[in-house]
Amino acid sequence: MTAHDPHIGAMTAAIDMPLLSVGGLTKTYGSGRGCANVSFDLWPGEVLGIVGESGSGKSTLLGCLAGHIRPDAGRVVYDLDGHARDTVSMAEPDRRRLSRTEWTFVHQNPRDGLRMGVSAGGNVGERLMAVGARNYGAIRETATDWLERVEIAADRIDDRPRAFSGGMQQRLQIARNLVTGPRLVFMDEPTGGLDVSVQARLLDLLRGLVRDMGLSVIIVTHDLAVVRLLADRLMVMKDGRVIEEGLTDQVLDDPQAAYTQLLVSSVLQV
Amino acid sequence: MTEHAYNFAYLDEATKQMIRRAILKGLAIPGYQVPFASREMPMPYGWGTGGVQVTAACLTPSDTLKVIDQGADDATNAVSIRKFFERTARVATTTATAEASVIQTRHRIPEERLSEGQILVYQVPIPEPLRFLEPRESETRRMHALEEYGLMHVKLYEDIARHGEIATSYAYPVKVEERYVMDPSPIPKFDNPKLSGMAAIQLFGAGREQRIYALPPYTEVVSLDFEDHPFEPMKADHDCDLCGAGESYLDELITDDAGGRMFVCSDTDFCAARRAGGHRGRLVPEGDAA
Amino acid sequence: MIEIENLSKHFTLHNQGGAVIPVMAGAELQVSPGECVALTGQSGAGKSTLMRMIYGNYLSAGGTIRVNGTDITRATPREIIRLRREALGYVSQFLRVVPRVPTRAVVAEPLLALGTDTATAYARAEELLAMLNIPEPLWSLSPTTFSGGEQQRVNIARGFAHQYPAMLLDEPTASLDVNNREVVLTLIQKAKAQGAAIIGIFHDEAARARVCDREVDVTRFTPAQAA
Repeated sequence: MTAHDPHIGAMTAAIDMPLLSVGGLTKTYGSGRGCANVSFDLWPGEVLGIVGESGSGKSTLLGCLAGHIRPDAGRVVYDLDGHARDTVSMAEPDRRRLSRTEWTFVHQNPRDGLRMGVSAGGNVGERLMAVGARNYGAIRETATDWLERVEIAADRIDDRPRAFSGGMQQRLQIARNLVTGPRLVFMDEPTGGLDVSVQARLLDLLRGLVRDMGLSVIIVTHDLAVVRLLADRLMVMKDGRVIEEGLTDQVLDDPQAAYTQLLVSSVLQV
Repeated sequence: MTEHAYNFAYLDEATKQMIRRAILKGLAIPGYQVPFASREMPMPYGWGTGGVQVTAACLTPSDTLKVIDQGADDATNAVSIRKFFERTARVATTTATAEASVIQTRHRIPEERLSEGQILVYQVPIPEPLRFLEPRESETRRMHALEEYGLMHVKLYEDIARHGEIATSYAYPVKVEERYVMDPSPIPKFDNPKLSGMAAIQLFGAGREQRIYALPPYTEVVSLDFEDHPFEPMKADHDCDLCGAGESYLDELITDDAGGRMFVCSDTDFCAARRAGGHRGRLVPEGDAA
Repeated sequence: MIEIENLSKHFTLHNQGGAVIPVMAGAELQVSPGECVALTGQSGAGKSTLMRMIYGNYLSAGGTIRVNGTDITRATPREIIRLRREALGYVSQFLRVVPRVPTRAVVAEPLLALGTDTATAYARAEELLAMLNIPEPLWSLSPTTFSGGEQQRVNIARGFAHQYPAMLLDEPTASLDVNNREVVLTLIQKAKAQGAAIIGIFHDEAARARVCDREVDVTRFTPAQAA
């Protein structure tokens, strides 16, 4: 999936600079777990999938990328309006500002990404208010638009997420995250714990949003079917290292590493 | 035990020094919650232990103290705190707002405009305005440090979504000098405008939560709101039935079993002074000024 | 447009004792704009493997594959994605889509990805669906529920939505009735006329004879079975 907005395309072609450039990223825990020496570039409009089993270091890597975990070494350079900024060495206030304007994080469990005691409208509106929106009517209008975009009926705007199904909660989390028009989205197993049919609906929604908003996405999952449908590129992690990377369909259809071959063959028809 | 068994104003000098340091820091960073080592006081939490410690740290033998509870000088809480300092500090006390150099208050700001040289000490139950929405102290402190206040407006948004207007009527959150969001203690939002530009020093003490914060004189304090739902101070749509004041904050009293009721100034000193000056309200017979 | 030189490929099966299976060696092929080349050879001779290598779906062991100037064997994923979006189309035998996406959107997607406005993209999609005799009531439904033949036609419509300068066609006329086969052959002829370089696999000999300019037997790229 790639940016199809001609303006976005033109802009990135002119600058031609990765949105995110990661080098030598390392975070080890005493137990030997973590991630080691990870490097890659992510381009505007690209969706990068990171797969691996539990303990492969993929969640640690995502945490380091998103600024939730401080890496032991390495850099995560983000293109902030044409200026390359290392978000690892950046001051915390700047990094937090980045993560509520340019970046966003979709959690596996919607409870971690939503305020369960706040209405759907309030959940969506929070990021708007955090960046200075002070007109109640306008906030509500934007929230209504976004609820409809993620296929939640507008008349549920004052309901709390507790009253929603798992799929609806996850869609609400996505609306809450995308309302301020971020450029980079981190996703941690966004379809985990959902029924297959609900997953499909969510994937379809995500694909449309990625294309229409020109989003760059880093998605961590163990579900190869999800990356097959969503990701342009794939990184396979094992024991904290990236053991294989490439075009998603190439890695899945012609895996080179022994582990990737095992991973692909152990899944029925992806 | 005699009064002489106590140090001046009950607390020992080292403790008062510690509290004064917190007060000074609070004054230097208006609206910022300064942690302090709150002491056990001879009264239960919730009865103004934070305010009492701040008052104790501020008092000098030449001070005149006034204590009010919901605007009243004669409420139990006010009386007991006043007596406490009469006994332990032997300072002069008064009910007249203008005569007091230190005023300790629970849930009100006096109607009469305060002046330079006066100190208003608030009793605060929960100092953290973000607490209701974010239970983690570590996170709320970070939010203050980084000025991440979107959440505060979420609370107001929820009010409007549920009630059609900002229903928060007391402890209405404010922003201090465009920096810290602050809980003004459970004063009615009617009093919020008085917080801003006040000539007196305003000190806030939370005993159980161990926080002190402050507003130096003439600090700008803005009540949070939305452009299309602006902040509105609110009071009962009546005049005082005793003194006839139309601009003061009123308490509603039920007077009989038949549903009879009356509205009176919550600030007893203000009301009494007006009546002494000849003003009279609906329920005061002609010729009876007091 | 498509130039293949000395291309080789083997599979290493790490989980089966590290067995190395050579599947291609010394493959050579040139296809010019407006030309259609049919790959022939028995099943398993490597026709699909070669197509997949050209598309970047399989990695190459050696040699070069140039499509529109880009060497697929050395290109970064980003370059291949761009090439696929702009210059290299692929009609596979199987439709692979996100469930629930309406047929109309599935067909329009390659155009939307290029930045074509929605109205134009949908108009083109509907034109192709009508041409391929997909009943209009089905356009708003997901093709995942369609019959095999219908899915095949949706796949073809999608493959021809954008006018690619290079195209790979894997059995485009298989399991189609006479009318639809005719439509597909016309689409291929039209693409050729517009300058597309096409490589195809056709079991349908009559179809092959009609649209292909020459045939290349991939059996000659099969390496000696050294196990």
